[in-house]
Amino acid sequence: MIEVKNISKKYGAVQALEDVCFSVREGELFGLIGPDGAGKTSLLRILATLLPPGSGSAKVDGFDVQRDYRMVRRHTGYMPGRFSLYQDLSVEENLAFFATISGMSVKTNYDLIRPIYASLEPFRKRRAGALSGGMKQKLALCCALVHRPSVLLLDEPTTGVDAVSRTEFWDLLKKLKQYGITILASTPYMDEAGRCERIAFIRHGRILQTDAPQRIVQAFPHRIHAVHSGDACRLLRDLQQWSHLHSVYPFGYYAHLIDRRDAPPDTVTDEITGFLAQRGHTQVECRVIPPTIEDCFMNYDCP
Amino acid sequence: MNTVIHTHHLTKCFGTFTAVEDLSFKVARGEIFGFLGANGAGKTTAIRMLCGLLKPTSGAASVAGFNVFTQSEQIKRHIGYMCQRFSLYEDLTVAENIAFYGGIYGLSRKEIRLRSEQLYARIDLAHARHTLIRDLPLGWRQKLAFLSSLLHRPEIVFLDEPTSGVDPITRRQFWNLIYETAEEGITVFVTTHYMDEAEYCHRVLVMVAGRMAALDSPEALKRQYGATGMNEVFLALVRSEQP
Repeated sequence: MIEVKNISKKYGAVQALEDVCFSVREGELFGLIGPDGAGKTSLLRILATLLPPGSGSAKVDGFDVQRDYRMVRRHTGYMPGRFSLYQDLSVEENLAFFATISGMSVKTNYDLIRPIYASLEPFRKRRAGALSGGMKQKLALCCALVHRPSVLLLDEPTTGVDAVSRTEFWDLLKKLKQYGITILASTPYMDEAGRCERIAFIRHGRILQTDAPQRIVQAFPHRIHAVHSGDACRLLRDLQQWSHLHSVYPFGYYAHLIDRRDAPPDTVTDEITGFLAQRGHTQVECRVIPPTIEDCFMNYDCP
Repeated sequence: MNTVIHTHHLTKCFGTFTAVEDLSFKVARGEIFGFLGANGAGKTTAIRMLCGLLKPTSGAASVAGFNVFTQSEQIKRHIGYMCQRFSLYEDLTVAENIAFYGGIYGLSRKEIRLRSEQLYARIDLAHARHTLIRDLPLGWRQKLAFLSSLLHRPEIVFLDEPTSGVDPITRRQFWNLIYETAEEGITVFVTTHYMDEAEYCHRVLVMVAGRMAALDSPEALKRQYGATGMNEVFLALVRSEQP
């Protein structure tokens, strides 16, 4: 449904995208995962026909983003990163506006937006600018869906949104699957990767890896030891002195340590526990855990 | 406890809407204090009151020993503040931004020169002193914005979502700076939407619908809610108290 071939884009001397290739299958929920400045917005704007690629080509629903841009627009719903609805129009006015410019009425595709719009209905007379962050996101999603697109392009729909609203938003996207809509969503939150069927890691304008999140985790070449002690701050400093260190970094409650050797996990665990005891740490915990997506992403920084 | 922030039944109403209600807590010197809440829970309103930018409706609060009602100017001189974005001027260079902030905080030219060099050394930024902020990668910008807010050696620094959108490596380097700062005895008051970062705080306050729903160490909160991570604690608190 989306096919990106060798797309590059430069802004002056800055290479925003370099030789980007990936494809999204029909009906797939696909995540574009990477930090700010990685090139996510440029890529989505190219797919939404708002920005021409420097070189390379892309097709959305079979239509070329440059040659057939009108057709692409007809078949695509795009939700930009910044809230882009009319702040001084009401909720229902915004929705009617976006339906009208697609030559439709809100009623035409109401079945599609009803599950999302239901929670906004009590506020339909409220100005969009006066909605809470979570509600703005929902309204923007409704407006992107009102012409029943086959492809949804969502640029960081959950940035700056709290953990609860983020979870709800991904639940909504999952529900849209039953209508067969293909979704490409970008996010800087690594923990949202698990909500996607497949993801692409993007950094410095390059795609690092494209696969199902479970497969990326399974293919991770290192073992992660989660370590904790009573003195978390000193723990990190001491672990940095570990003689077989590949890398160590804080990860919530634990420090994540990768051992450079290919030693049996129990041996490493015992050695680390002993090493920390020697340095006066108490309440030491150390065990092997499955890597998270964030571990996988960070591993590209320490080859 | 050497208290640097003390609020007592602090409340702020906008017309008939109560944005912050009955907030009472203390923050100790050198503490890393996490301030969490859903969007619209009243975090920003509370922070603006503590920074001396917004007068509370009722209650009392002192920050760095000064009263938020009557001594807001002194408060501003004794705190640092860094917001999510736009802390630095994009069309000024690194050195110009530091000089600007140093000047605002009333440092002499000599002090600015000295502290600039210390800042460059601390995050290895000397090579970029004449780079425009807009050409500086986001991770560097955030670290620079943080250290700029510390130029005048405040007692407390308020960080509003300092790591939003920052890559995982830089996020951790940023937290390393936060730890160093707290060890120097500067209190760090920080908001974040990353729940793994809530684990790095000494104590965490969770706001729900304008009220304080919980305040404790991450370990104690996880125990209390039978949760494995702060994400679960947060979801449980917000879901149980929201209508």
